[in-house]
Order: sequence, then structure tokens, then C-alpha cells
Amino acid sequence: MTLFEKIWRQHRIGEERNGTAVLAVDRIFLHERTGSVALKTLRSRGYPVCDPARVFCTMDHIVDTRPGRGDDCSTPGGHQFILETRESARAAGITLFDVNDPDQGIVHVVSPELGIVLPGTTVVCPDSHTCTQGAVGSLAWGIGSTEGEEALATGALRVRKPRTLRATFDGQIPAGVGAKDLSLALISRYGSAGGNGCVVEYAGAAVRGLEMEARFTLCNMTTEFSAVTGLIAPDEKTFAYLQGRRYAPRGQEWSRAMGSWGSLITDAGAVFDREITIEVTHMAPMVTWGTNPSHAVPVTEVVPAFENSGATREAYDRALSYMALKSGVRLTELKIDAAFIGSCTNSRLSDLRRAARVLAGRHVAPGVTAVCVPGSSAVRRMAEAEGLDRVFSAAGFEWRESGCSMCFHAGGESFGYQHRVVSSTNRNFENRQGPGTRTHIASPETVAASAIAGHIADARSLVN
Amino acid sequence: MAVPLVRANVDTDAIIPSREIKTVSKTGLAEGLFAGWRYRGIGTRDVDPNFILNKPQYAGARILLGGENFGCGSSREHAVWALHEYGFRAIVAPSFAPIFFGNCVRNGVLPATLARESVVQLASAVEAVPARNLLTVNLERLEVSAPGLPPYGFTIDPESREMLLQGLDALALAVQCRPVIEAFLARDRSERPWVYLG
Repeated sequence: MTLFEKIWRQHRIGEERNGTAVLAVDRIFLHERTGSVALKTLRSRGYPVCDPARVFCTMDHIVDTRPGRGDDCSTPGGHQFILETRESARAAGITLFDVNDPDQGIVHVVSPELGIVLPGTTVVCPDSHTCTQGAVGSLAWGIGSTEGEEALATGALRVRKPRTLRATFDGQIPAGVGAKDLSLALISRYGSAGGNGCVVEYAGAAVRGLEMEARFTLCNMTTEFSAVTGLIAPDEKTFAYLQGRRYAPRGQEWSRAMGSWGSLITDAGAVFDREITIEVTHMAPMVTWGTNPSHAVPVTEVVPAFENSGATREAYDRALSYMALKSGVRLTELKIDAAFIGSCTNSRLSDLRRAARVLAGRHVAPGVTAVCVPGSSAVRRMAEAEGLDRVFSAAGFEWRESGCSMCFHAGGESFGYQHRVVSSTNRNFENRQGPGTRTHIASPETVAASAIAGHIADARSLVN
Repeated sequence: MAVPLVRANVDTDAIIPSREIKTVSKTGLAEGLFAGWRYRGIGTRDVDPNFILNKPQYAGARILLGGENFGCGSSREHAVWALHEYGFRAIVAPSFAPIFFGNCVRNGVLPATLARESVVQLASAVEAVPARNLLTVNLERLEVSAPGLPPYGFTIDPESREMLLQGLDALALAVQCRPVIEAFLARDRSERPWVYLG
């Protein structure tokens, strides 16, 4: 049996019918942007939250990340989202990590950090990047707000059973290459619909070699592959990461849980609907050139010709026009206006450390706006305790409060019109980071190196 | 009537930009539908006559012909609420992003999966003879048909088909199942006590 099948069966209430089953939901996460409307609707229809102790909410999407923040935010109407979320969360009796709560942060950073997501659990959140949390061996997937209402009211959710895909990363990851690069390589090779409708299990020596924070990054990008979610079988690294965290089991309960978690692996001989194998040994840092995460190439490369782009003609032409690029242009020759480190993809302590190693003793190029937004308030405190904030500030980066910040433009703060931004985030869609903003997504170290150089740059030349 | 927008990877940021989500509500979103493409200038309501939705022959369209991976990106259900409020009742595309697909089914918008070449043929037919743009999407027969063309068979999973045909209220249905769910949870709690908090 596959790992997915084991979790599916453990949670299935009754039989599958028409390829659909009702699954027990162990954890529900909400945020102010899409969770507020679910809580509000539920309340207006008179349905209470079925088990508030297993429902958590955070303020991350539109909360201000500038220092000294309160409830005001730059998003038009944003203040109301904050107030309504607070009021609805209180009325529902769920745990809220409020604006200035020490546990506040981006939902998919906070949940593992507090041991809320556990191996073998099911987790839903009205947020597409919920797949991030699959890195601990959970079945965690993004849903809509209406599906959220059902999960909140009943503790279960009707789910279409996905197909299975195993993505095996073989070989040894070279220095300067990380989980973000692995993911962009996968998506650029198989397309942004390459995992459509599947649960992706990441496996192979390269994946087992990844530390937990890198595994979150890898799983995070699974939604950009049009998959239902991604997951990684839990191992000693997973258990060591979770033990002692606030909501993780303790004492005898921990031992009992461990007894159950040991079987959370795909059995030898289990069959997947699809198998993909990728060799990582010769991989380079990746960066996107277009308006979709599949439009990615090694940072040492040029903007591909249409024939090698993997895009349709219409999409290719639109992407180049939006990005103001031509085929054959070397990516490292592209001057940038801004650099952004943050988001549920790459804002954890290890991400900030790797970026700081590039930045130490250097300064961002003149005219480049550089911003770092830690993924959670806890990450921020840990980073400050080891002096990373001073490295970022000395290099000319703004050092912010935690939140999703400028990963996406919600009508408030943004990068400039037609500005070129290199960003450690997950989406390079048109207008994603601001009206007309041209986003290149990459790893945190590539972002840091580019900020220093003033153009897209290969961090390996700075660190090695 | 159908409007062809056969672009690959039309994401939910394009369908409804986050800046257009101004209140904690499922309504008031139609005006923001495709705002980045429909209007000249971000944040304005200066209609761009070149965007297909603004062409007079497509006014009142209820069917959208889309490209691969339609509705990818953010889970925001506002994308479907905006499409529905604008008047769309069916989207015909080669593939859909999973969360968007589920959101469609729960909001009375039919996501019909049809091979790309068929979608392209339909789009060409609709563009060539606007007066004959009388597309029909038949959910009972799982067919899309246009005058003068043989019907195309589309796919949708049986569960979603039933939900849409019967106009079922998923939440009300689910709440009726609570006794079964609670019995399951009680058993599960003794097997996996660490999952239950408080």
C-alpha cells in the first residue's frame, strides 16, 4: 500500500462511492483572507464549529508587516478582515494567533513549528499551499471556503479520491542547490499541470537527505504542479523535528504515536498511478523567466526559444511580452529593481541563514529595494537571537514583521509598475506581486546574490 | 452563449485579483472578474474593448471555453463566486486545478473536461459565426454541442455530476451525516488519542 492509501483508509468514514469518500479531518487551519468568510457563513446558518480545539486561525495574508504594526493594513478593506476574523474566531471558540501574538505567522510555517500538524493526520485549510504540511507525512491539502464550512461543522469532508504519483529524486544534491531548485526543475520539466489531480509522494535519496525545513519548501510548491497535495514519508528527522513542540503528544502519548507512525511508509511493491524519476546530481540553481512556475531554467541559462520553452505559443508570447524579455537573453544580465525573501515557501530559519551567508559583509546594489519577511514571529525571534537581522539590515534589506506580505498584491503595498523583482516566493503570475510587476522566482540565496549584484545572479560564485 | 478564453494556466489571481476582494463576503465580486484584463489601468473601471469579455457579441455569455489547468493558483473561492455572479454556469476546458474544480461544483458552476483540440474547435466555431454561438452544455448527456457541429462528449466524475444536477447543498447534507461521523470519531479517539486536543 502507498503511504497515501494508508492515511486515506485510516480516515475514511464508510465506503467510497463514485470515487468519493467522507474523510475525518484532524486539523483545520484558517486565515483572515479566506477563513473569515467560512466562519461568518457558518455562524449565519446556525452551525457551530464541531471541535474548536482542533481548529486554528492565524493572521497572515493581509496583516501589515511593517514594524510597529497594529490592525491597520495597506489592503483596502483589510482592517475589516482582521476585525471580523478576530470576532468570528472568538465566537467560534477556536485558537487564534492574532496580529501581535508571539505565535503569529504564516499558517504553513506556524502549524509545523507548534507541532499542530503530525504524521498520519489529515489537515485542511482554505489555502492552496496547505500541501506544505505534507512534509511531515500528513495528508494536508488546500480547499475552498465552502469546503471549509463543511469541515468546521462536521469534522469531516467529502473528498474525491486522487490518483497517486511518486516523484523520486535520485542522486546527491550539489552545493548551492536546494529544495526550491528541485521543485522548479520538476515543474519546468513536466509542466504546471504535470501533477494534475494527483497526490505526489516525494521519495529518493535526495529527498531523504533534505532537512525538514527544505522538505516543507519542496512540498509547498506541489500546488504549482496542479497536484492535490504532496507528502513525504516521516523518518527520524521528522520525529526529531516534532518532538517537544507545543501541540505534539508527550510522554506515553508520544510513544504510542511513534508506534503508529512507524508504519507510515509506502510498502515495497506498492503501485502508483504514475512514476517520475529525476536525477539531481548535475542540477543548478533555478530561476523563472516567464509568468508561470513551469517557465524555469538554470540560472546560468538564457531565456529559452519557443521550441524549448515547454509553453504553448500564445502563453510563450504573452509571457515574454509581460516580462519584457526576448529569447536568448542571458538571465544573469537582467537588472533588477527589487529583491524579496519571504512567503510560506522560503521564509524559515534555514532559508534566512543561507541568504545571510551570501549577504554577510556585502551591500545590496544601488537602486535595489530589498525586503526580508520572516515566516513567523518565532522565526523572526530566532533569527534575531543569532544576529541575522543585523546581517540583513547591514546589507540594506528591510527587516519586517512576519506575514505573507508582498508575496501577492492585495491592493496595498506592492513592487513598482514594470519593476523586475527576484523573489523567494511561489508564483510569478502576471500582476501577482503588483500591477505590472515582473517576478522571477528563485531560492533565497539566489535572491540574496541578485540583490547584491543588482542583476539576477548565481549565488554559488559568492559563497564558494 | 460561450466566450472563448483558451489560454493555458489561467490562474485565480487573473480571474479575481486579490485587490478586488474588499469585503468578508461571497458577493459583490462580478465587477472584479478578470479585472486585470478587463479594464485599462489597475484599479480603474476603464473598459478595455479589446478584451474578449468586453466584445458586444459575447455579452450575456454563460459558458466559458478555457485552456489547460484552468483556475490554477490560489484557493480563493472568490474566483468561482465572481464567475457565477457574472453569469457563467459552465466552464469547458482540457483540465482544471483541483481546488478550483471543487469550488465550481459547490457553487453551481459546471467544470466540464474536454480535450484541448475539441475546445479549440468549439472556440473557432464560436468566433467564426458569432450569430451561431448557441452552445449547449448538457450535463445529463455529458455533451457540448454547437449548431452545425457533432456533439462533443465531455467528462466529469459521477459524484460531482450528481451534486450539480440535483443542486445539492453540501453543508446541509454533511450535517445530516453527523451521527455517523461522530461514531467514527469516538472510535478513532480511542485508537489515536494524540490527535484529539483538549
